[in-house]
Amino acid sequence: MMDHHLILRVVTKLLVAPILLFGLYVQFHGDFGPGGGFQAGVIFAVAFILYGLVFSLKRLCKTVPDWLVHRLIAVGLLLYAGTGVVSMFLGGAFLDYNVLSKDPVAGQHWGILIIELGVGITVFAVMLAIYYAFAGRPPALDDADW
Amino acid sequence: MPLLLPEALADHAPMLAVLVPLLAAPLAMLFGNRAFAYGISFAASVASFIFSMFLLARVMDGSVLSYHLGGWAPPLGIEYRVDAANALVLLIVSAISAVVLPFARTSIETEIAERHHTLFYACYMLCFTGLMGVAITGDAFNVFVFLEVSSLSTYVLVALGAEKDRRALSAAYDYLILGTIGATFFVIGLGLIYMTTGTLNMADLAQRLTGLESNRTLRSGFAFIVVGMGLKMAIYPLHRWLPSAYTYAPSAVSAFLAATATKVAIYVVLRFMFSVYSAKFGFERDTLQLIIFPFAIIAMFAASIVACYQINLKRMLAYSSIAQIGYMLLGVSMLNVTGLSATLVHLFNHAVTKGALFLAVGAIVYRTGSALLPHMAGLGRKMPWTSAAIVIGGLSLIGIPSTAGFVSKWVLIAGAFERDAWPVAVLIVASSLIAVVYVWRVLEVLYLQPAPANSTATEAPLGLLIPTWILALASIWFGLDADLTVSVSRTAAEALLNGGFGGDAAIIMGVEGRK
Repeated sequence: MMDHHLILRVVTKLLVAPILLFGLYVQFHGDFGPGGGFQAGVIFAVAFILYGLVFSLKRLCKTVPDWLVHRLIAVGLLLYAGTGVVSMFLGGAFLDYNVLSKDPVAGQHWGILIIELGVGITVFAVMLAIYYAFAGRPPALDDADW
Repeated sequence: MPLLLPEALADHAPMLAVLVPLLAAPLAMLFGNRAFAYGISFAASVASFIFSMFLLARVMDGSVLSYHLGGWAPPLGIEYRVDAANALVLLIVSAISAVVLPFARTSIETEIAERHHTLFYACYMLCFTGLMGVAITGDAFNVFVFLEVSSLSTYVLVALGAEKDRRALSAAYDYLILGTIGATFFVIGLGLIYMTTGTLNMADLAQRLTGLESNRTLRSGFAFIVVGMGLKMAIYPLHRWLPSAYTYAPSAVSAFLAATATKVAIYVVLRFMFSVYSAKFGFERDTLQLIIFPFAIIAMFAASIVACYQINLKRMLAYSSIAQIGYMLLGVSMLNVTGLSATLVHLFNHAVTKGALFLAVGAIVYRTGSALLPHMAGLGRKMPWTSAAIVIGGLSLIGIPSTAGFVSKWVLIAGAFERDAWPVAVLIVASSLIAVVYVWRVLEVLYLQPAPANSTATEAPLGLLIPTWILALASIWFGLDADLTVSVSRTAAEALLNGGFGGDAAIIMGVEGRK
């Protein structure tokens, strides 16, 4: 179906990996530089959505199935709230990162890293879920009917 | 009511009341198993209910609890602050959720496609989390965040009714647009307040706002917040989204929303009117007496009269809800402790009454597939228990003595007399007479009209009857024994009017309390 978009396909294949890498950079460098879970999640999802736009939704769904996307939304939220629960068990208030490690500064580091990862996963999965929901709708008109 | 929790749990009770349903939502979704999703949602609701009872018992002496999130001290950090007013709201929301969920388990079988059931529970839990969060937080911006959590999931829940009636989609869309406008207005108001004071913590705001009565930015902030939340609570001229949303949402969702969502919005307005801003401000008194008061009276009559002409029972109840919101606002506009406690007691009593009615209608819809009055002819004999629950709910809506509705109206009329406003008392009674008309219409259809010969309706299953009757009996119980509700509401009203929210709080988990 997509055989005739040669340039698009080649460029997409070249772009996907750097986009993913940049997403990871924004994610994990977020506590030193600009960035964080929200931005990283969107950038990470962009790589997949680009792949889906060029290589068809069907092939994207094979790579990242529907059910996995739904589960990931939940996993991200659990990671976030779970960090808070762990800090409660360690004697702090909800989301008090100081208690996560012996050194409060290191604790803050771990805390923000993990909850931002949770945010990133959920945002990534929600972006994909929205894309699936819109792109997966049966079109009112077939391409041939235009 | 001494309620004991282990110390470790007691310290975290304010957090856990919100956190447990928040955790239940992703767990319900994660495993994709309907029974598990139901089990964990129900368990979370019950746990939240227990924490709310515990919190209410602890603040009944007029004290204030404070929980610092993340170990950051307010006003910089987010704080959960519990006094009698929001503990009462927490109790209402969690109790209704725990009663409605078992009903939902059966009722969604016929209303929502099976593959959506776990997502339904997840959305329901998120909506529940949002409502609890709005009620418990002491941070003005946090209110907005939780408001969006509950609103977004509410739009989805309403839209789930599309399985049965496609009009649910346009109802959800209307609600989405108006709800978003409401939330935007609210956040604009917060922005104006923040711009002037530089803080978002409610207790801190209360202190910084004193003496700033003539500040125009703060006044416009107040206007934006009242209008924004007015949209959310369906105050009379801003109620357009409500009837359709309640009519086309799945039965359990209608019951849950009718009993909780507008109540929480009213609580937010009360909090901003009395704890953040102060009733001492002239512009606030004017707003209440020149704007809220007339609209409350119009709502009591106009919405009740419209309810008399509805042929869809759910829509009729929705219009009646708008009228009941009028009663609650009337109590606020009286600006005395009795009037305000009438508002709070009616929050509770109306939640119980409307919950029972919507659940009973849900049971009828489950059996007959229709909420239209003409299709209910003679159901009084076919579904005696369900119909009896409607009778009880209807009587409580009118305010017949020995029902919960009577207690609310009694306190409300007492508030009116306290201000020597006897014409208002007459209006309250007169509008109750309109309620007699629309309730009678339902009873006539149920009991006096013959059932069509081909009617195959049978009594609703126990899974629907038990939750319905818990609420129906509660609306009688709280009509006979009003001590508890009235004393809680009075404490809450005093807490609101005295501005104790901004004073000292017992920090149960915070920077000072770190071990």
